[in-house]
Amino acid sequence: MKIAITTAGHDLDALVDTRFGRAPRFLIYFTERGIFTSKENTQNLNAAQGAGIQTATHLANEQVDAVITGNCGPKAYAVLDAAQIKVYTCPGCTVGDAIEKFKRGELNAAEGANVEGHWV
Amino acid sequence: MKIAIASGKGGTGKTTISCALALAISDEVTLLDCDVEEPNSHFFIQPEIERLEKTFSLVPEVDAEKCSGCGECGRVCQFSAIISMGKKTMVFNELCHSCGACVRICPEGAIKEVQKKTGLLTIGKKDHIRFVSGRLDVGQAMSPPVIRETLKYASKDGLTIVDCPPGTSCPYVTAVKSCDAALLVTEPTPFGLHDLKLAVETIRELGIPFGVAVNRANGEQNRISEYCEAEGIPLLLQIPEDRRVAVAYSRGQALNKVMPELHETLLSIPVQLQSLTEERKVREQEALV
Repeated sequence: MKIAITTAGHDLDALVDTRFGRAPRFLIYFTERGIFTSKENTQNLNAAQGAGIQTATHLANEQVDAVITGNCGPKAYAVLDAAQIKVYTCPGCTVGDAIEKFKRGELNAAEGANVEGHWV
Repeated sequence: MKIAIASGKGGTGKTTISCALALAISDEVTLLDCDVEEPNSHFFIQPEIERLEKTFSLVPEVDAEKCSGCGECGRVCQFSAIISMGKKTMVFNELCHSCGACVRICPEGAIKEVQKKTGLLTIGKKDHIRFVSGRLDVGQAMSPPVIRETLKYASKDGLTIVDCPPGTSCPYVTAVKSCDAALLVTEPTPFGLHDLKLAVETIRELGIPFGVAVNRANGEQNRISEYCEAEGIPLLLQIPEDRRVAVAYSRGQALNKVMPELHETLLSIPVQLQSLTEERKVREQEALV
């Protein structure tokens, strides 16, 4: 299983970034092998609009199974939902802790956006 | 000539001045209320409404049967309004700028444009004033499409006064750039000056000649007049701070009745703006030679 976790850091000790669309990067964690790679999200940091949509599309193309982040807006959620990617929120903890909680089944999948969308 | 009555800061008196100008002029004049998020010129003009007209924008609609999921539409869209994931293509109407690129690039011809209602125009008349007011629908995020539809009612060769939306972003730019000249309305507060500077920077980029009006002028208007003098901007109108104006406004009465002494100054504004546009034309021609 492939999980994408939003973060500004580079390893499992870094905090989960609360932003989804404008997160600096993702750690892509492979649960079976216990390894991770890093994927930059810089093109969306400076997007005028639609950052959440673009980020969600990239993750769909990466064929991740789940996302762990802080907040997820309605348009990003709509894309992730269409791509059948589950969204988990785990703000304020490290990437490593979030993965452990996910593995132990302590995180609940979001059933919708947990924040409002941004207007143009 | 089309004159934009604009400002950086909101609540400085754009509508007050737009209506006062339209009422002061005795020849036929067109007044367009382009403050489509909160139009209120009709309170002061009280036009007889002739008809209502809906405004629309074009947005893409995808035929899932024809879509091959190639993703060209998503790559060409500059606004993330359409995206493709495998076979599934999603449209976000609220982000769409109606450019039509996705329709033209789709190799399968799977995308067509459909109309989305964006607002309503109120079209009417009051004595010598032709009146059109645009109103954005609740829930719509983008006002420029409704502003552009309102601006289509500008007079071909007569005088048009455009009551603009506040700020210095897309709505302001959309309204102002269609005009030949502008009057930037401000007030003698630090905020008023700050936002006037933003409006001036933007309008200079657009290359439209302009003057300034100070509303609620009191002892403190020095900061505006000093700035205008330093920048070589003509100060075309000063409306003194006066309780009578506020009372009239709260009753939906125009400025003209309570301050008849401003009549000549109001009439001089289109004349002065006209000469600014002619000066600019001469300068441009000289630059070409």
